Amino acid sequence: MQDIKIITRHLNTASSADIDVYMADGGYQALKKALSMTPDEVIAEVKRSKLVGRGGAAFPTGLKWELTRKEKANPKYIVCNASEGEPGTFKDRLILKNDPHMVLEGFIIAAYAVGTSQGFIHAREVYTEEIELFQKAIDQATERGFLGQNIMGSNFSLDIQFYKSAGAYICGEETALFESLEGHRGIPAARPPYPVQVGLMDKPTTVNNVETLCNVPAIINNGADWFAAIGHPDYPGTKLFCLSGNVKEPGVFEMPLGTNLKDLLEAGGGVDGKFKAVLPGGISSSLLTEMDVNLDFKTLAKAGTMLGSGAVIVINSDTSMVNVASNVAHFFDEEGCGKCSICREGTRRAAEILSRFSRGQGNRNELEWLLELHEVMKDTASCGLGQVALNVAASAIRNFKGEFLAQVRKEEGVWLR
Amino acid sequence: MCNCETKAPEVIDLSKLDNILDGYRDKADMLIQVLLKIQKEYNWLPKEALYKVSQALNVPVNRVYHVATFYKLFSVIPKGKHNVSVCVGTACHVFGAPKILDRLEKSLGIKAGETTPDLKFSLETVNCLGCCALGPVVVVDGHYHGKLPTADAEKILADYD
Ligand SMILES: NC(=O)C1=CN([C@@H]2O[C@H](COP(=O)(O)OP(=O)(O)OC[C@H]3O[C@@H](n4cnc5c(N)ncnc54)[C@H](O)[C@@H]3O)[C@@H](O)[C@H]2O)C=CC1
Ligand SMILES: Cc1cc2nc3c(=O)[nH]c(=O)nc-3n(C[C@H](O)[C@H](O)[C@H](O)COP(=O)(O)O)c2cc1C
Ligand code: SF4
Ligand code: FES
Repeated sequence: MQDIKIITRHLNTASSADIDVYMADGGYQALKKALSMTPDEVIAEVKRSKLVGRGGAAFPTGLKWELTRKEKANPKYIVCNASEGEPGTFKDRLILKNDPHMVLEGFIIAAYAVGTSQGFIHAREVYTEEIELFQKAIDQATERGFLGQNIMGSNFSLDIQFYKSAGAYICGEETALFESLEGHRGIPAARPPYPVQVGLMDKPTTVNNVETLCNVPAIINNGADWFAAIGHPDYPGTKLFCLSGNVKEPGVFEMPLGTNLKDLLEAGGGVDGKFKAVLPGGISSSLLTEMDVNLDFKTLAKAGTMLGSGAVIVINSDTSMVNVASNVAHFFDEEGCGKCSICREGTRRAAEILSRFSRGQGNRNELEWLLELHEVMKDTASCGLGQVALNVAASAIRNFKGEFLAQVRKEEGVWLR
Repeated sequence: MCNCETKAPEVIDLSKLDNILDGYRDKADMLIQVLLKIQKEYNWLPKEALYKVSQALNVPVNRVYHVATFYKLFSVIPKGKHNVSVCVGTACHVFGAPKILDRLEKSLGIKAGETTPDLKFSLETVNCLGCCALGPVVVVDGHYHGKLPTADAEKILADYD
């Protein structure tokens, strides 16, 4: 297995939150190189590297930039998505804290490629320390001429504004994020049109995750071929896997995309207790009951689940699947925005039903009903939240039906038809 | 105890508000950022403050309320002096968060979402704080208590008065 670190390479050295430390290791050389290229050349390089979005949906990054750049409308915007709210995801926080300049350098290069002079970063208010460090990084970069007017003597200028999110998971969804930036409630908009055409303030906008942007300086410095040779042939590069739940040493591990789950678990000191199941892409994904599986977008899709943002939550045999399903259902009930009735009512009923199962008061007929609701929500909910809200519940019912049946209400036989 | 009985302080000192609002006159898109500052200053969003925000930013009061009631970090009812947040995200759930919540509820004598009658502690549940490797996590006034053993849950409250 290749042991290559791109994003966490400074993790154990002096914090590159200080611009001098970052520059001593070649920091901002990629920006210099990018500015000597045309924006189209930068886009071509990133396209050739086959980098895809690390926010969870794996959309080709270079293509997104190109689509935004090609739009006629002006101004255009770029947004760095640091809203990170998926339970089990804690990678963007780590990068913001340890290597804010790496995010910033990627951000500036992306803005140059897209053709915008206004960038926004949207981060959770609870990331207090990280926000301060990032703001300091912006100031330092501005002082050195990497941000602001005529960056490094070129005619490219960029201003970056920081916005705090007031605590709503849905505001990680890109269109809800725009609402939050504009000072409204975070209600997602129907897509298409995609943000590349109609985004922030209805202008063409590129949204990129923190981790996605961090790959950009390395790609520009080392070339697309170098990047494309790492890890999985279709989805090259590394991924920050957030390992949590019943493992001995939870944490963030940078490994090539497509790493086997067994290897990741080994890096995390092994399963704490007896392995029962895993959520490979946080609570938006479906449960997987095998350990020998490659963690890449395609393999996991084939296995009926997804890699998402790389939140690998391990569940051992002491943990009740009924309680996990109920916990997840309550999460989505609370975090949904309430716009569509299928998601609003569906998550509420699912949470109620699963609560009853948790208390040993379940109705077995409602299990079938939940599976049906899952299908309907997948097809009809307006945004990614509602579409995936019952993934955990449905896969738990399919794989661990016995646990649910054991929680069916026994007295009076009322539910036992 | 139900929250609607939580008494608002008799007099609210609104003098600090002007400092906050000064930089944001007529900037409607900054509504959330302004409310975050007010929430931080007062620990809740008093009605009087929301009306002033509406005037200063030139945003209808109903929109101010839409936003103030949509986002988790805002509270339109008074909160306790100390804010205790128990993470019940799935990673923390697997680590035993429900038991911790149970103990804190018993020890404070309130349910999650409520405030003690003496306005000392507010207890709330949150969904993932982005430090799942430290689970189960309880945050008191921005201070993180990670890998918290169930038996120690109420001990962390002793440091706050
Ligand atoms: N990092 C985190 O904390 C969280 C991540 N997620 C992840 O988010 C994912 C869902 O995100 P979505 O944005 O709904 O996915 P999506 O697949 O609809 O879009 C992904 C990106 O590609 C762009 N895109 C897609 N099709 C396009 C087209 N035809 N033309 C132009 N641009 C296009 C979108 O604008 C977006 O930026 C899930 O896979 C989930 O894993 C979900 C919750 C939290
Ligand atoms: C409910 C929901 C929440 C999301 N939360 C986040 C998030 O916190 N961070 C993130 O980068 N993307 C999140 N996304 C995905 C974004 O909509 C978008 O796909 C992503 O930011 C694009 O960046 P990328 O192409 O660099 O991955 C979320 C999507 C949904 C449906
Ligand atoms: S699916 Fe749910 S979260 Fe998404 S727009 Fe509809 S109600 Fe809102
Ligand atoms: S689930 Fe508790 S911090 Fe993430």
